[in-house]
Amino acid sequence: MREIEYAAPTSVDDAIAALAGAGVCRPFAGGTDLLVQMRSVPPSEQKWVDIKRIPEMTSIALDASGLRLGAAASCWEVSQHKGLRETFPGLVEAAELIGSIQIQNRATVGGNVCNASPAADTVPALIAVGADCVIAGPDGRRTVPVAEFVTGPGTTQLGDNELLVELVVPPVAARTADAYLRFSPRGEMDIAVVGAGVSVTLASDGTCTAARVALGAVGPTAFGVPAAADALVGTSLDETALERAAAASRDAANPIDDKRGTVTYRRTVAGVLTRRAVQLAASRATERSS
Amino acid sequence: MARKTHVQTTINGEQTEFLCHPHQSLSEVLRDELHMTGTKEGCTTGDCGACSVLLDGRLVCGCLVLAIEAEDTEITTIEGMASGEKLHPLQQKFLEHAALQCGICTPGFLIAAKALLEHNPDPTEHEVRYWLSGNLCRCTGYDKIVAAVLDAAQSMGGDTR
Repeated sequence: MREIEYAAPTSVDDAIAALAGAGVCRPFAGGTDLLVQMRSVPPSEQKWVDIKRIPEMTSIALDASGLRLGAAASCWEVSQHKGLRETFPGLVEAAELIGSIQIQNRATVGGNVCNASPAADTVPALIAVGADCVIAGPDGRRTVPVAEFVTGPGTTQLGDNELLVELVVPPVAARTADAYLRFSPRGEMDIAVVGAGVSVTLASDGTCTAARVALGAVGPTAFGVPAAADALVGTSLDETALERAAAASRDAANPIDDKRGTVTYRRTVAGVLTRRAVQLAASRATERSS
Repeated sequence: MARKTHVQTTINGEQTEFLCHPHQSLSEVLRDELHMTGTKEGCTTGDCGACSVLLDGRLVCGCLVLAIEAEDTEITTIEGMASGEKLHPLQQKFLEHAALQCGICTPGFLIAAKALLEHNPDPTEHEVRYWLSGNLCRCTGYDKIVAAVLDAAQSMGGDTR
């Protein structure tokens, strides 16, 4: 029997207390993964803790100290937040690629991270902007980089009785911008064959002074590709640098063969998307410097 | 069985209350408890959009919302779309354009299109197709549906209620 118990606390402390109950307790935000899982594999008794009535967890705060994105803020809220799109266009691109409008209105970036799909769109985008996960538990709060939070397909560092409260992104440096590109056979309502998140910083003469490159759907988890970033730093993002970064992404990709693409295909696309995402991020960084 | 929970909500402008189990979806309760069967249930995985309803004005799949979450919210279903005998312009245009065959997907498309026009009263064809990508029709294809929505937008002239 798919029996569940439901709680809707209004503070993080109350949510942690609710999660500390006996048996299996699941934080419940948009439910776009959780309800589907419940129907495909009816759980034994579970307690679901609805976190959408906790103001801290649904808020989006963007100011000089950076971004604090509540884990229960919907992808729709993210995509409609004007300042957020201007500041982190790549992160917003990733969030608004997830599902239909119906799904956008429910699904959350925090849930996308916690669901820990290898093909999750927001994870490479978050790694590219240097995001951290703030986790609350019975013993207080701890902070973990997004790249370390996800530990495998469907698994995270989140312990029993712990809750992802928010995603924290440092402020954007001058002449810095991000981009996220996904390849999938259809433009929407599809899952990534490859995803690439990039952030670049340009000096006033156009030289790349800092970069981050992250890939999704080409390994058990999304991951950063330092070798691709290294290939970009100190260059003017010329053809040689772009090709070196693309080659680094092809080398770092460790994909599976499945119906969405072969290993060879995914490796190739990882290189192509890296190159294009770098160019897109660089054009945005250039606009910001003018 | 766990105890049923009492939920108070507003559906199509009317105060409504019902009892539900925590695991029951909103579409399940609308159909099976409240006998509002205009909302259809197709895939129950959020892919087909047949169960589309508005929750506090936001377009959602009723199958991916727990009925218990409806406490203190406002829900709009297909039953609330016409004003008595007077069809909503979208409903009228779906008839005029023959934008349906079997009709199972139609309530979901109408609710989704209503949400679109409230958000964007003058959408392009591309915007209509993108917005409606969460609704599947397995009979007619989508051209007539898109044409009906565009025509409705034009006839409404920005008055999207």
